[in-house]
Amino acid sequence: MRTVPADALRTAAAQQELRGAGDPVPVLKVSDLSVAYQTRRGDVIAVDHVSFDLARGEFLGIVGESGCGKSTLLFAVARLLAPPAAITGGRVEFKGAELTGRSERELAPIRWKELSVVMQSAMNALNPVKSIAAQFADAMRAHGVTDKQEIADRSAEVLRMVSIDPAHLRSYPHQLSGGMRQRSMIAMALLFTPDLVIMDEPTSALDVVAQRSLMIQIKELQQQLGFAVIFVTHDMSLVSHFSDRLMVMYAGQVAEFGATRQVFDTPRHPYSAGLLDAFPSIRGPKVPLTGIPGSPPDLARPPLGCRFAARCPKVMDSCLTAAVDLYAVDDVLIRCLLQRENGALAGD
Amino acid sequence: MTDAVPLLHTEGLTKHFRIGGGLHRQSLHAVDGVSLDIGTREIVALAGESGSGKSTIARLLARIYEPTAGEIYFGGRPLSALRSRSDMLAYRSDVPMVFQDPFSSINPVFRISHGILRSLKLHRPELSAAQRADETRRVFEIVGLSPAAEIMSRYPHELSGGQRQRVGFAQALAMKPKLILADEPVSMLDVSIRIGLLNLMKQLRDEQGVSIFYITHDIASARYVADRLIVMYAGQIAEAGPVEDVLAAPRHPYTQLLVSAVPDPKAELTVGADTDRGEPPRVIDPVPGCRFRYRCPLAIDECNSVTPRLLPLSPGHDAACHVAQSGAEVKVDSPVGRTEELIDRRPGRADQQVALGPVPPPARSRRSNSL
Repeated sequence: MRTVPADALRTAAAQQELRGAGDPVPVLKVSDLSVAYQTRRGDVIAVDHVSFDLARGEFLGIVGESGCGKSTLLFAVARLLAPPAAITGGRVEFKGAELTGRSERELAPIRWKELSVVMQSAMNALNPVKSIAAQFADAMRAHGVTDKQEIADRSAEVLRMVSIDPAHLRSYPHQLSGGMRQRSMIAMALLFTPDLVIMDEPTSALDVVAQRSLMIQIKELQQQLGFAVIFVTHDMSLVSHFSDRLMVMYAGQVAEFGATRQVFDTPRHPYSAGLLDAFPSIRGPKVPLTGIPGSPPDLARPPLGCRFAARCPKVMDSCLTAAVDLYAVDDVLIRCLLQRENGALAGD
Repeated sequence: MTDAVPLLHTEGLTKHFRIGGGLHRQSLHAVDGVSLDIGTREIVALAGESGSGKSTIARLLARIYEPTAGEIYFGGRPLSALRSRSDMLAYRSDVPMVFQDPFSSINPVFRISHGILRSLKLHRPELSAAQRADETRRVFEIVGLSPAAEIMSRYPHELSGGQRQRVGFAQALAMKPKLILADEPVSMLDVSIRIGLLNLMKQLRDEQGVSIFYITHDIASARYVADRLIVMYAGQIAEAGPVEDVLAAPRHPYTQLLVSAVPDPKAELTVGADTDRGEPPRVIDPVPGCRFRYRCPLAIDECNSVTPRLLPLSPGHDAACHVAQSGAEVKVDSPVGRTEELIDRRPGRADQQVALGPVPPPARSRRSNSL
């Protein structure tokens, strides 16, 4: 097998960013973003003061277990939240322009043209009673492309990009396999060559073989077209070879955030370390694993101290009394008191 | 491995589903001629892509489906001989099932203990009400739901996904089973708690002496818990053997593809020159030949005409592959090509959908033509 060093798969722009010489205006700048679900039991803070920048052409992976706020974060960035969820604080800037305060009408020209979203389940995201061509045409017409030939040509082109025969434009979603449906969703997201594609677990319904093939395809397209990707998944090993930076979320907060290789090679937050150890390996010696027993805290009544304290194997008394800040160690942000001595407090 | 008379074994187990009607009637071969053994105190993993027939086998073993052909033997007795209701009840309590989705497999309007108490009443009528409650507490403790008395009185929404799946195992265990059919029991759970359930399965095997038939698409987890591994492809067994043998030295090209696709964060990424697109086939009215041939880089002429049989290549390690059986080394560098459907191309059916070789031709259906 041909072996590709992990670095070769990184886009040039992202490597530049890793070296600290990125584009002055990031594609996306999220500062101190908070999202709450208003419930009868009080506000559930699903996203708690999350900040990050995304450079042009960068691939950001976000991992965490269900209920950690990763999908809510994506929806907030794309301004797709519906009540009872609402942004309660912070800003989202897309190519230097504020998104959070804009009305739906002001968002419309950006959506799909510059920022597109690939949803988790293509089964539900595609309209079952319309052909693929009709759905592609619909998106293009909504953005003012009316020439039939142009629509047909572009639709065929994007399908070819994801290795689907353009003859499938006449197919209905049920005539395609799961992998093909998911790839046609990605094709649809690329109709206008956006600057940012947000992906919410696009591979979770697929088998390992189809999953790997789709990941490689996404990476190739990204290198070819230069769009930035935010990729949300619960499967940490999936993004290990593809993302430039990795954000581990726990209970609505950033637990660890840094260059993917660094997080994988030396996970400093006990939660990321636990997640990495939760996968049985297919190679090497068989070792007994424990996973991370317990379940995440109730976000309507978050604990006073560290949110991971109840499940943490390295918990200390000081973890229980006060909220923990993010510490920067070797360019990696870690929300853990164990890093207090060797890390500088990261200013948000 | 297996004893003289395995706990359960199947011979030529086959299930076909009819699709379409009238002139369009076709037959979907979900499971074709599967013979497998499950021994006492053994975890056997069945792995394969979705659509490969894994769940159909579980449903055949649970007697939810009647087989089209073939026979299932439990403790040496053919299941087709079970006629009376009491025989069926006895089989169902010997071989209970744990379902994939812990959120929809427990009735949300009753307390957690409800399902177990009811099934105990049905399957073990000799127990008094107090004994049933004791028994429920006992199995809750075994699966790690403690304090049992307190959890029993909760409602399903008060439990996490991992706890609910433990309830599923407790319910199976209350029947004093010999074999638990577990259909993707951890795939809906968070990564951080999956291992806990896998450890529970090992513990049930070691301490309670039950066998488990573990159906999964995650071969890394199969390696972690199972004693033996069976790999299915398109309704047939591709390879079977002790889990370490199969994964360390896979003999079937499909097993090699599966093993290479598992993401391993610690390894370098390897990318084939032309990557497999990973489309599992739907087997509709198949013609003879190996079902993996369209994706197989090693396919020889024989693969197009003769369906390979599952034959032992070394003791206890079987593979259904002409190339491997010829003694040649099977080493797949990069599996190429793909297939969506394996459909008979007899004249008169050519317009019906697709029939495929390595390159996918356009899908053409009557419905899309009418638009």
